[in-house]
Amino acid sequence: MSLWRMILTNLRRHRVRTAIGATGIALGVATMLSVVGLLGGAVKMFERILRSDSQMVVFEKNVSDLFFSNVPEEVAAQIQSQPFVKVAQPMMFTIIAAPDRPVVTCFGIRASDSRLHKGEWLHGRPEDFRDDGEGVVLGERAADFLHASAGGTIELGQRSYPVAGVLRLENGFENGGVFMPLRACQKAFHKEGICSVITVALTDERDSSAVKTWMAKNHPRLVALENEEFSRSYSQFKIMKTTAWVVGGCAFLLGGLSVTNTMILSVFGRIKELAIARVCGFSRGQVARMIFGESLVVCAIGTVAGWALSSGGLYLLRAIPQFQGYIEPRIGWQEVAGAMALAAFTALAGALYPAWYAANLKPAEALRFE
Amino acid sequence: MTRGSNIAPQVLIDEVWKSFDGGRIEVLKGVSLQVAKGEIVALCGTSGCGKSTLLNVISGLEEVDCGTVRVAGAGVVDEATRLDLLRHHIGYVFQFHHLMPDLTLAENCLVPLVATGGKRAAALARLHQLAVATGIDHRLGQRVRELSGGERQRGALVRALINDPELLLCDEPTGALDEQNRERVFALLLDLVRSRGRTLVLATHDPELAARCDRTVRMRDGRIEGETT
Repeated sequence: MSLWRMILTNLRRHRVRTAIGATGIALGVATMLSVVGLLGGAVKMFERILRSDSQMVVFEKNVSDLFFSNVPEEVAAQIQSQPFVKVAQPMMFTIIAAPDRPVVTCFGIRASDSRLHKGEWLHGRPEDFRDDGEGVVLGERAADFLHASAGGTIELGQRSYPVAGVLRLENGFENGGVFMPLRACQKAFHKEGICSVITVALTDERDSSAVKTWMAKNHPRLVALENEEFSRSYSQFKIMKTTAWVVGGCAFLLGGLSVTNTMILSVFGRIKELAIARVCGFSRGQVARMIFGESLVVCAIGTVAGWALSSGGLYLLRAIPQFQGYIEPRIGWQEVAGAMALAAFTALAGALYPAWYAANLKPAEALRFE
Repeated sequence: MTRGSNIAPQVLIDEVWKSFDGGRIEVLKGVSLQVAKGEIVALCGTSGCGKSTLLNVISGLEEVDCGTVRVAGAGVVDEATRLDLLRHHIGYVFQFHHLMPDLTLAENCLVPLVATGGKRAAALARLHQLAVATGIDHRLGQRVRELSGGERQRGALVRALINDPELLLCDEPTGALDEQNRERVFALLLDLVRSRGRTLVLATHDPELAARCDRTVRMRDGRIEGETT
């Protein structure tokens, strides 16, 4: 006979109540892992758009969103001439309207941009995308929803552009976007000589500090960050990540209430038993440990179930053709550890009042309880 | 106070007052009582005269308003002493068995061991010995809901004795049993206590049972009215 045996026996005795408590936690864990996983995946996909084959990103200091970043295109050439830089690619990152589609992601890039060579060309050839031309290349999904095909034209913003090709790309955002020659893009948005970011591939990947120093000295209005630094500091990513954890936290709060409810019912349903435990020599601490133990077991069951639920749900979402390329959930060990820590915290917080109540029961009074 | 101390187990109650509901209901009114080691004392009286409250006061389950309570030489004044008494010096049997229905009888009997963290092998040996003595050894593996009322109450008795307490407190231990079981459980109780030289304080309103104890203390309206030896 042990405290654990008593804990498990009590949970088994009220299977439905235990299941309801565990379900609350499971839904909290599943919501959290799903939201964090989905948004984390979206952030990673966005990062990949920016970084392509590079290690660093140059953009305007203190901008809240890369859409508002204005970097002189000539800086790309200046960086490119430095010995520690292999390639510097300017890119304009913007939103353009099409008939029936007010929001289409538009990438203003040069013909030498590596992403044009990464995808599978369904129509057209890389040579058809020219820096001095106006022909645009569409991602496969963009071609689909814009009802456009290579050789035809497409209305974007105030103008018509010839469609030079259709490209199938893994990344859903790119696959649903329009690639426009940088010059044409600048013209369309009246931002001649300006780009949003410059992606920088280093000669030696350890030389990032050289780029930062050079940038601080020559263009103090701009900032160069390594991709990882950029991900950590970019406010939009921070907002997305924080939102994910807040939404997950709220789900946990609801789960915590269900645990509190379960544990309150558990305590009130066996007041005499708890009193007898005290008569048998249980200290207040031992009674509290028993209640906390029950709550922790409920949360452990809920965490495992929630993990399975979110993994299964995300797997199914990924399998839906419409979402392919857009959903790339990432549930890493940090997310799982975070969910486990929150579950444990929820278990302890949710059992706080019931444990306090049980520990402070007056045995003689409790034995008179009807 | 620890197990194995030389202090003779006894109960000393001096001018104890206890009330409920903010002093509105006075249950014990200046009660004084001494119980010697090995003595078997019956507290007699009608319902509501204060027998159960007096037992709760002795065990430390109820705090007194004023007066002195000493058990096994120690004043029942703080939580640590109360805990030590309940773990090592006092066994308690109630009118209802209060066993946990989803545990087996053996597990129920071993619940006090969870509190004390005592040695499992010694406790199992004691459990077997007590179960044989009370005739429930063949029922130890059964769940409580599968047992008869008499078996449950005998189980409660074993649970109270599992830590070998010096003092056994019983509150109407046969009150919920039929006549046959009542006689059997009571005889067993006296036998277990006498054979081990333990002290017993028993609350009952059955004069026939009280007469079989060493001493009968009559209570009325929260006071000790008289004694019969």
